[in-house]
Amino acid sequence: MSSVLEMRSITKTFPGVRALSGVNLTVRSGEIHAVCGENGAGKSTLMKVLSGVHPHGGYEGEILFEGEPCAFRDIRASERRGIVIIHQELALVPYLSIAENIFLGNEHARRGVIRWNETVRHAAELMRRVGLHENPQTRVADIGVGKQQLVEIAKALAKRVRLLILDEPTAALNDEDSAKLLDLLLELRSQGIACILISHKLGEVRRVADTVTVLRDGRTIETLSVRPSPGAPAEVSEDRIIRGMVGRDLDHRFPERTPYRGEGAGAVALEISGWTVRHPIDHQRKVVDDVSLTVRRGEIVGVAGLMGAGRTELAMSVFGRSYGVYAGGTVRLNGREVDTRTVPAAVAAGLAYVTEDRKTYGLNLIDTVSRNISLASLPGLARAGIVDEHRERRVAERYRASMNIKTPTVFEQVGRLSGGNQQKVVLGKWVHADPEVLILDEPTRGIDVGAKYEIYTVVDRLAAQGKAVLMISSELPELLGMCDRIYTMAAGRLTGEVSREDASQEVLMRHMTMDRSRGPR
Amino acid sequence: MKTAPTKTEGSGEPRSGGSTAGALLVRTVRANMRQYGMLVALALIVVLFQIWTDGNLLKPVNVSNIVQQNSYILILAMGMMIVIIAGHIDLSVGSLAAFVGAAAAVMMVEYDMAWPLALACSLLIGALAGAWQGFWIAYVGIPSFIVTLAGMLLFRGGTQILLEGQSLAPFPRGFQNLSQGFLPEGGPLSDYHDLTVLIGVVVVAVVLVQQWRDRRRQQAYELEVLPLNLFVLKCVAIVAAVLAFTLTLASYRGVPVVLLVMCAILIGLGFVMRNAVIGRHVYALGGNKAAARLSGVKDARVTFLVFVNMGVLAALAGCVYAARLNAGTPQAGINFELEAIAAAFIGGASMSGGVGTVLGAVIGGLVLGVLNNGMSLVGIGTDYQQVIKGLVLLAAVGFDVWNKRKVGT
Repeated sequence: MSSVLEMRSITKTFPGVRALSGVNLTVRSGEIHAVCGENGAGKSTLMKVLSGVHPHGGYEGEILFEGEPCAFRDIRASERRGIVIIHQELALVPYLSIAENIFLGNEHARRGVIRWNETVRHAAELMRRVGLHENPQTRVADIGVGKQQLVEIAKALAKRVRLLILDEPTAALNDEDSAKLLDLLLELRSQGIACILISHKLGEVRRVADTVTVLRDGRTIETLSVRPSPGAPAEVSEDRIIRGMVGRDLDHRFPERTPYRGEGAGAVALEISGWTVRHPIDHQRKVVDDVSLTVRRGEIVGVAGLMGAGRTELAMSVFGRSYGVYAGGTVRLNGREVDTRTVPAAVAAGLAYVTEDRKTYGLNLIDTVSRNISLASLPGLARAGIVDEHRERRVAERYRASMNIKTPTVFEQVGRLSGGNQQKVVLGKWVHADPEVLILDEPTRGIDVGAKYEIYTVVDRLAAQGKAVLMISSELPELLGMCDRIYTMAAGRLTGEVSREDASQEVLMRHMTMDRSRGPR
Repeated sequence: MKTAPTKTEGSGEPRSGGSTAGALLVRTVRANMRQYGMLVALALIVVLFQIWTDGNLLKPVNVSNIVQQNSYILILAMGMMIVIIAGHIDLSVGSLAAFVGAAAAVMMVEYDMAWPLALACSLLIGALAGAWQGFWIAYVGIPSFIVTLAGMLLFRGGTQILLEGQSLAPFPRGFQNLSQGFLPEGGPLSDYHDLTVLIGVVVVAVVLVQQWRDRRRQQAYELEVLPLNLFVLKCVAIVAAVLAFTLTLASYRGVPVVLLVMCAILIGLGFVMRNAVIGRHVYALGGNKAAARLSGVKDARVTFLVFVNMGVLAALAGCVYAARLNAGTPQAGINFELEAIAAAFIGGASMSGGVGTVLGAVIGGLVLGVLNNGMSLVGIGTDYQQVIKGLVLLAAVGFDVWNKRKVGT
């Protein structure tokens, strides 16, 4: 079979991070090609390179589409060639009709005037092809997520798609809608439309994919043929794919732990019980479902899970109900139930949350290093409401030294620092607030190896001082290297608790990809 | 009018030799580009009109005039700056100023209330009006643009209801002095206004001591400071500016009362925004609301207080304006909100919030004020004045956008 797409030795670097190095991907015509890998393995970056989001010239390597070399300058250029990407977060305009959305940016018009009859007729035809039985005039906001996904595919068909890329298409869908969507992909394949499917759900991959390419740390690890011919049963097991996803050498190093032997060592510091959170908009959906966990003093406890498992949602909800709608559960600190209904209350109780998204939730990028570090503990640095600026400076200088924050001065704008140093600033802010429990959410996302080691050192030091640390991470080696115990989450629920001795990447990944029936959402 | 110590600390590596001093200066200036830029622009405008008006611009009587003419806009601009730093906007201040002016008129003219009591009540009304708007914005979550647009109509209507379409006058002498008065003459008679000279000398002394103490403290903490020669230069510049300004005022009728009021507000709010916890919280909210909330900033309370503060300042501006006209009129305060917003943006505010200083708002307001006054002196009609002011606003913000893009923030 001939190939529809060939990506050859694609290398893409961002400042400080090499996201892709020499990735190869070959998609044969008329196949469903799954791309698997951990979070941060480079799947999304690869797709952005392919679709022109990262324009030609910003990466090395070449792309051949239907035999011709491609140099896409933007996403419109790739769409003109028939490469259409459907993102996890749908790109539909909620208050426009289905028909309007299908032809958005691609309108049936004559001299700038839209021809509505043709638009609606054509939309109805495309909707039939994807099995969407709705009135084309219905607003997109009024149909469910599953149907919205179909609208996206109809939109792709309207652009005469040759290669459809789906990024986690079923992440937000229930089982029934997922099944329908997968059937549709098989249907489109029979019409000769090739498809790249990015998915964490290996069951799904085995069901529809013909070939799997596994990425890890920005490299192509292997390409496996799932079935000998279309329609034949799959010949590759989930465990085989998992091994490819995680089987890296442990080239990250971790500092030596100093166990905490001080007062109250081993006593439970944080106890979350029965924590349940509903989605902020879709109240029917439980994003976190009856989660209970404990962290002892001086202990580092990991939370593993794939995208959408509800880890961040759990943490933010516990920290001042900053996410979603609270639907039950208690938080105990040192055995006493505490009020965490607002952020100030949670901070006062002794909690701190270091966000996964430092630019959006962690830092005031236009302000200085010093002021960002002091923000969460200003009252402690002030007398009668007046901030002691000199003390504030000294505090900032202290963290600059102890955390090795690389900045010309503590008055530099945080936005100008590198990712790793920004992360240290966020961490410094919360360490200075002197909490008993620190929740670290992806503390090393997007930073280089050296800075990672420094962050690990800080975290170890905190545990050695008797703080309880709950660490959310998508990097399994990091959890394995740092944590005493690891909880796993999938689809909002705890699916396992693994001690350091029993933990391996394979064990964790099995718990994380556990497809428990989710019940009604 | 030099007040809080300027931001010399916002820059640089430890000092090591002469070449870094220049680099330090460049970086300090660049970090505060808009404010320094506007200070330079203000100086240029002053020089330009000084030449153009054959020296009339800086005649003592006219300097007094500029201060008094622009006082209410400057007061509004200081409050508006804080509102904009917090990431909001207030369109109602002109109407609110008119409303409070009308209320003051009703209290003093119709009910013969003593003027200090009427003034206090006016400020209270302003605080309540600010609290009303702050409630809808901070606790209910209606965008400030909408709430204050409603307030603009509401208070304008309220003004007309209070005054029944008429002007109310006259005010007691004491109230009029709020805008038109000067500090009393005192001491041995000289050609100058003695009390004013005395104030000038005191201000110079305080500023010098403050600067020196700050420098010593920074050195004690081993923080970088300006090299001594530059420091001396800076002090000389400040002293020269303060003395020139006070002597000019002193050779007319002395310090206008309203100037003292404005300075008090400038020093007070400048200090709060720079040094108080709540001031920091305002910057944090405007800079990144989500991050501020996750850091434990009580965003609703801070926003509420910002609008209460704006209400009080709008009330004060309304009283000053009424005192200047010596009447409460239904037409008072029209377009004040636009002038105040323009002053804040010229003075370094950003549409997205999180940046700006109270002093910047004053500089921005003075740029507009001196332009107004100068253009009137040379006989440019109000039609062209509007066009020119519009272009100045566009140029100031455009320059800032361009400068930021070049620096690559």
